[in-house]
Amino acid sequence: MTLHTDVVCPFCGCLCDDIAVEVENNEIIEVKNACELGYSKIVNHLERYRSPMIRENGKLKEVSYDDAIEKIAEILSSSKRVLYYGWSNTTCEAQKIGIHLAELTGGVIDNTTSVCHGPSVLAIHNVGYPGTTLGQVKNRANLIIYWGCNPLAAHPRHLSRYTTYPRGFFRQKGYEQRYLVVIDVRETDTAKIANKFIKVRPNSDYAVINALRAILRGHEDVIPPEVGGVPKEELVKLVERMKSAEFGALFFGLGLTMSRGRYKNIENAIKLVEDLNRYTKFTLTPMRGHYNVTGFNLVCAWETGYPYGVDFSKGYPWYNPGETTAVDVLLRGDLDALFVMGSDPAANFPKEVLKKMSEIPVILIDPFPNVTSSFADVIVPSAINGVEAEGTAYRMDSVPIRLRKFIETDFLSDEEIMKRIYESVERRLKG
Amino acid sequence: MRLQIKNGVVFDPLNGISGEVMDIFIEDGKIVEECKAERIIDASGKLVFPGGIDIHAHVAGPKVTSGRILRPEDHRIGVEKRWNGIHSGTGFSIPSTRVTGYRYARMGYTTVIEAAMPPLEAKHTHEEMVSIPIIDNAALTLFGNNWNVMELVRNEDYDSLSSFIAWMLRTTKGFGVKLVNPGGVENWGWGKDVDSIHSKVLHFDVTPAEIIRSLAIVNDRLKLPHSIHIHFNNLGHPGNYETTLESMKLVEDLKGERQSMHATHLQFHSYGGEKWKDMCSKSEEIAKYINKHEHITADMGQVIFGDTTTMTSDGPMEFSLYKLSGRKWSNHDVEIETGAGIIPVFYSSKNAVNSIQWAIGLELGLLIEDPWKIFVSTDHPNGGSFLFYPYIISWLMSEKRRKRTISRIHQAVNSRAILGSIDKERDFNDICIMTRSGPARALGLHKYGKGHLGVGADADIAIYDIDPKDVDPSEESNKILKAFRLTHCTIKGGEIVSRGGEILSSVDGKTIWCNPYLRNDEFEKIRKRIERKFYLNYTVSLSNYPVFDAYVPNPMEIRIEVS
Repeated sequence: MTLHTDVVCPFCGCLCDDIAVEVENNEIIEVKNACELGYSKIVNHLERYRSPMIRENGKLKEVSYDDAIEKIAEILSSSKRVLYYGWSNTTCEAQKIGIHLAELTGGVIDNTTSVCHGPSVLAIHNVGYPGTTLGQVKNRANLIIYWGCNPLAAHPRHLSRYTTYPRGFFRQKGYEQRYLVVIDVRETDTAKIANKFIKVRPNSDYAVINALRAILRGHEDVIPPEVGGVPKEELVKLVERMKSAEFGALFFGLGLTMSRGRYKNIENAIKLVEDLNRYTKFTLTPMRGHYNVTGFNLVCAWETGYPYGVDFSKGYPWYNPGETTAVDVLLRGDLDALFVMGSDPAANFPKEVLKKMSEIPVILIDPFPNVTSSFADVIVPSAINGVEAEGTAYRMDSVPIRLRKFIETDFLSDEEIMKRIYESVERRLKG
Repeated sequence: MRLQIKNGVVFDPLNGISGEVMDIFIEDGKIVEECKAERIIDASGKLVFPGGIDIHAHVAGPKVTSGRILRPEDHRIGVEKRWNGIHSGTGFSIPSTRVTGYRYARMGYTTVIEAAMPPLEAKHTHEEMVSIPIIDNAALTLFGNNWNVMELVRNEDYDSLSSFIAWMLRTTKGFGVKLVNPGGVENWGWGKDVDSIHSKVLHFDVTPAEIIRSLAIVNDRLKLPHSIHIHFNNLGHPGNYETTLESMKLVEDLKGERQSMHATHLQFHSYGGEKWKDMCSKSEEIAKYINKHEHITADMGQVIFGDTTTMTSDGPMEFSLYKLSGRKWSNHDVEIETGAGIIPVFYSSKNAVNSIQWAIGLELGLLIEDPWKIFVSTDHPNGGSFLFYPYIISWLMSEKRRKRTISRIHQAVNSRAILGSIDKERDFNDICIMTRSGPARALGLHKYGKGHLGVGADADIAIYDIDPKDVDPSEESNKILKAFRLTHCTIKGGEIVSRGGEILSSVDGKTIWCNPYLRNDEFEKIRKRIERKFYLNYTVSLSNYPVFDAYVPNPMEIRIEVS
């Protein structure tokens, strides 16, 4: 039996790197420290494909890796406009080749950001990003605010590892020295354990943030007795608490990015944090979902200048969210192939988009069958990153951590598959 | 390929060659005495310099990409199409990685030092450096606000501090020791700063002065090729020249074989006055000090008029700039170690302060007499893009050109700066020193084949289409500007990578890093010492912290025997 310690969990944006895994005869016997979500990802009791497959006459037929990769290269090199989508559940090494492949074929590359924290990125473009690594919060913060997110369900160890419960250098008594505020439209599990839960009427976050900013700037007098379902005195108290915190940290989720106001909500939240920095120390962090969605934004930004939704059809990177993002290009119907890596667009894209997906060849690279599989014409199963393959991922706070490999497999890694596809497409385009 | 560069007008200050017409032979990427060339480059009437070395630029890593994400508008310009296997890219002040490499190469630069690498995110810096083609990169690891450093400084435990620095350089694959607003960035963890080099860092009972001196001592004990590389406290504040002088004095007695301190982007640290209203140039005082002492080298940190992005580990400074400009602001604190701040800036020629800043950079470039002590930089992208180096060269070489610019900008430049009264003009030899040989020597890289054209040196060479004998830089500054923008050709590691601005070959650059070699038990001792605290304070396990070999596929490891 081999014990692997400090294993990195390849599930959510927390990238917990204290997992212990016992392995015997190339099988996982036990996983320690992981949350339920991480545990199920690591032990992987999900169904796997046995081999690559190509759809012929409506039926998937098992083929070799070489045949599948050649088929993919044939589709990509003969297409005029391909969307390369997904990338949040793969390594930076694979993402980088994906970006170059999109460049080589003049396609569009986008990742799940565009249907998730896309509005957060737009807000950052407009007003900035007063962020921090999570350790700064752990060591210093005495006020934690979660807004529009429920980490106990989506990022189960976020509170215990990074924000609320751990002892920090300046917070030796852990949670006793911290105050936890949850702001949401319903009383979630996280709200139940908070020191203070503030219930906001759905779709009124923007107004609530505005009121907080107005109070902070000394305009308490113009605030009505109630804003977005929150009594004025609660807001005044919250502002006092924020101002008097030694270090405050605001975390936000899709409740803020995807409700009414979208990027305007985030813009306002960022401005609130900027305003607060005139009084004390305050930071803001988006609760990123997939384990390497942050990584894609970074790799894409350093390779192309833009964080997602990049169109190479002009021969150079072009970015215009709403035009060059996945749902939009699919909906317009100007694609002749869809390439999906490490994502399941069919599970959460709108119905009209799925209709468009069914009209073009779909290539899927993923370790597991998913909803998109039923649309796929070529399926290439890959090794599970962080279990069967190594590579880089970026935590929600942009800290890079290297995923580890502790199980041997015959499945190729995403990186290797991408490398082979790239080489084959390059050969075909030259020839 | 074996190459011969024929009849070039060669400048090689490290070997005492100044404008001699001669041939240079290249074999296996190195300069050789002579060889049977497969290809001859006719360089008659052309200027031959060693490849340029940028001693301080922000080109790779977390804050550069934070800047890219902050500013999509910066990427609407500087657009380059994919062509013939050469990657596309975008961006002006913070270009994407591929075009960063191409642009330096086109300008004849072949080595660039990334000025600030946060250890916790060092993998990111390395990932980006690998994505920058052609040029060699090295990254300076940030130490000035590291908790372990401050604790060891407070205990005056120089042995452990040496081991810690050595361990960290090895762990982050860093090249040298960088300090940014020592102590001030730690205080920024509480939204504060330090106001002098003698004020205490909150909770750590140590002063910036102690941090600076201790790191300089340890840096020399480890025999690192480069000295400590410091961004002083109080950057960009009126009256900060006193802090600068005080800080330089701290290491006066430590001069050994090389300088004991590299003072980076010195322009930002040479301000007099008490408020922005009476801010003025103190370059004369700073230059006087450096002229009298041998322990300082510096780079200019020249400001260029126009739009750019400022980014630094100096979090509190960026926030105070944000309060002035009110545009947009990103910040990124890094636990235990450092921070970062980013804001867009427009340096306006109609603005008094900006005009004085512009003048101060050039004043330092002229008043610091010895060109081996002052190097060309914009602190890219803080003062402006590296693409403006040719402008700086033309200003340094021509009083007439400076006067012309002075006549067009805010006239505070005449009352609160002294550039207008300086008639000194730099010559080609000075420029060669200030853009390659000087930085090479200050970095200690001249011993490893950089910055010169002697036998055995790396064949990193820039050939410019200008004949020093045929041009009067003082009168014909436009010719200078034009010549230094694009090389006739750039050779990197013996390969012709760029010709007349066209990228011919996108070779991989190397990552230069220093490995001060301690005994294993010394490493073990320091590891043990920090292990428990690491577990308690960081959010990443110690075993996942290092920059693994996979991140440095083309290393140029400088191994230093210490003990």
